[in-house]
Amino acid sequence: MDSVANIILYFVVAISIVVFSVLAVTSRRILRAATYLLFVLLSTAVLYFQLGYQFLGAVQIAVYAGGIMVLFVFAILLTHKPDEKAAPLKSHRRAVGLTMSVAGLVLLLLAIFTMPVLHGVSLAECLEAGRTITMHDIGTVFTGTDKFQYLLPFEAISILLLACIIGGVVVARKR
Amino acid sequence: MDLSILWYLVPAVVMFCAGVYGFVTRKNMIALLISLELILNAADLNFVVFNRFLFPGSMEGMVFTLFAIAIAAAETAVAIAIIINIYRAVGNTDINSVKQMKY
Repeated sequence: MDSVANIILYFVVAISIVVFSVLAVTSRRILRAATYLLFVLLSTAVLYFQLGYQFLGAVQIAVYAGGIMVLFVFAILLTHKPDEKAAPLKSHRRAVGLTMSVAGLVLLLLAIFTMPVLHGVSLAECLEAGRTITMHDIGTVFTGTDKFQYLLPFEAISILLLACIIGGVVVARKR
Repeated sequence: MDLSILWYLVPAVVMFCAGVYGFVTRKNMIALLISLELILNAADLNFVVFNRFLFPGSMEGMVFTLFAIAIAAAETAVAIAIIINIYRAVGNTDINSVKQMKY
């Protein structure tokens, strides 16, 4: 049995995710679309906190809502005039998009609602069954080489980030 | 009333489908990238939800999501560098104005 506060929080966050993700792809002003995306990312971070992954929620806010959104806003300000509106959609293009997304939505919802494994336990039971994840656990997972420890992917990610820094500078520099 | 796994999958599904809609309909490259972020974010949310509800004793879904966030950051940085370069060469960020990769 979940507490009423948790359920209310869930509804607020879920409704804001649905509304803002639809607005982010339908808004004709690109800066507004980026702002709606920011709201979606923050709501997702709240869901991570509610599911008991505090570190992940903090990373989501710091990297996604902080870093990536700043990149987006910079790119938009560099490439668009202020208050510039996108041209209205052609009707056949909108029809194709609506067909694809609504068909996908219906199929996916049908699939998850008919899957037997997905019914049952509540969030409170799962939070009791699982252990709380401390920073010590996360540190051990990322710096070991045993089973369920990920030192090699961690180092690979660091090399990838270095390559991205160099690649970004090389691609975007003035010739 | 219980918060079961289905409740958390529904917002992720809607987020994913909104991303697909935006990816098909939008023409601006930055708007395409925004749609892509929505799709990636929905996938991340699914990893975490399945980890919490089906395997509450382990933390592999969380680790995978951390890696996915790092890769998404790298991907966005490179994509935006490319978009700014295209803007310098072509003058706008419309997807239809980039017919060939050489400028």
